[in-house]
Amino acid sequence: MTVQPMVKFDGVTKRYGALTVLDSLDLEIMPGEKVAVIGPSGSGKTTVLRMLMTLEKINDGVIWVDGEPLTHMHKDGRLVLADAAHLRRMRGKIGMVFQHFNLFPHMSALKNCMEAPVTVLKLSKEEARARAVELLEMVGLADKLDHYPAQLSGGQQQRVAIARALAMRPKVMLFDEVTSALDPELVGEVLNVIRRLGSELDLTMLMVTHQMGFAREFADRVCFFYGGKIAEQGPPEQIFGQAQNERTRQFLSACLEAI
Amino acid sequence: MVMRKLVVVAVVSFSAGLAVASFAGFREFIPGLLEGALVTIQITLAGAVVAVICATVAGLAKMYAPWPLRWLAVVYIELFRGTSALVQLFWLFFVLPLFGVTLAPMTVAIAALGLNIGAYGAEVVRGAVAAVPRGQWEATTALNMSRTQALRRIILPQAFVAMIPPWGNLFIELLKSTALVSLITISDLAFRAQQMNQTTFRTLEIFTIVLVIYLAIASIITVGMRALEQKAVGAMVRGRGH
Ligand SMILES: Nc1ncnc2c1ncn2[C@@H]1O[C@H](COP(=O)(O)OP(=O)(O)OP(=O)(O)O)[C@@H](O)[C@H]1O
Ligand SMILES: [Mg+2]
Repeated sequence: MTVQPMVKFDGVTKRYGALTVLDSLDLEIMPGEKVAVIGPSGSGKTTVLRMLMTLEKINDGVIWVDGEPLTHMHKDGRLVLADAAHLRRMRGKIGMVFQHFNLFPHMSALKNCMEAPVTVLKLSKEEARARAVELLEMVGLADKLDHYPAQLSGGQQQRVAIARALAMRPKVMLFDEVTSALDPELVGEVLNVIRRLGSELDLTMLMVTHQMGFAREFADRVCFFYGGKIAEQGPPEQIFGQAQNERTRQFLSACLEAI
Repeated sequence: MVMRKLVVVAVVSFSAGLAVASFAGFREFIPGLLEGALVTIQITLAGAVVAVICATVAGLAKMYAPWPLRWLAVVYIELFRGTSALVQLFWLFFVLPLFGVTLAPMTVAIAALGLNIGAYGAEVVRGAVAAVPRGQWEATTALNMSRTQALRRIILPQAFVAMIPPWGNLFIELLKSTALVSLITISDLAFRAQQMNQTTFRTLEIFTIVLVIYLAIASIITVGMRALEQKAVGAMVRGRGH
């Protein structure tokens, strides 16, 4: 039996008005695979994650998650657009961490991580608390359970956000430039947590990042987006060592100069 | 601490009023006017409850309800903002009975003023909910919360803080508009004052006391709302700086 992809973009097109942001995108991600998405600003990287998180509707094509259609559902043997109930069922498989954390400011770190497990998964308070504490410990915040977001540094807030997403036990985790809003000295602690997730949990990860060093060391595969398409993809050694595409080489050398 | 401030303001304005009163022979008017003030306070309190409920329902319906309800909310808001409170009061009191619905004057007063302020409040609710950053909604989607769960648990608690100062203004508007109810036979503060004035012609004394009493109630509303705001902000960033 062949292994099914965990995520599959099948001819997915996304337009904003006249602007085609993604043009018939095909992308398959295998279970447990760690994919880094790189590319110039405006190339559609964030849009890919947002479509997968169902924050953005797609104009054409189908997205599949874990063998089932996400954007569509089966009805009378045909694929029709997903309704709210189908989306809610499928969304549970996916978690997302945002560039600006988006923590709930009126809740402590612990409550941030307990909220959805209690209201959505209907866990008891005790179960949710145990799960939240375990995850906050894992991201190194065992001593900050009762702190509110305003009392935490950016790096700590982002780690709470990671724990909060993990508390829903997703199969796929999406990271959108999760270190871009952080002071440089706080980037490391967040990347360390992501490294730890990579080695300890059986997660499929899709991350947009400008941290080329991290992408190179952490990812199984790197996708270079350009003009609404994947211009080039492959293992990090190939992309960073001997990129075939002229655009990729230009982009990477521009990134190097920026450092 | 804030509660203490509230009490101080109330006591100061009250004793100032009483002091003036006892020195200048204002005393005879005070019991009657205080009785009227009690009615004014009742209408203000009950009207505020009606207003908050109407505003929340109409504000949220205008944003999120399916079209028939949304349309109803818009009609309510525009109708009650576009006509004067006096006309609304007269409608409920003099016109509804023509259709066989007769309500007690107090009921009419509370309903009309509550509905009127609620229509303005609906925009306050809508504005405060719309001002919650979009990222908060997106986080609730990423956590697979339903829209109702998101509103109740995440969006409204944050919007609540932003609503408090404008609601303070609306409650003071409400207090001031209660003077209109004297026109539908209710013996509120304004009504009592007019009545006493017509029989005694002690205009200066009577309306000075009335002024002080309205001011005292308004100050209590202001201080109370500020206390509420501080508490709500405190709950947002609890323990900050300890
Ligand atoms: N809501 C929207 N309405 C209109 N255009 C949009 C919207 N969101 C994104 N776009 C456009 O879509 C394109 C892709 O945006 P996207 O955010 O996916 O880029 P990105 O690769 O993540 O860029 P960056 O590196 O700057 O984050 C951009 O040209 C952007 O202006
Ligand atoms: Mg982006």
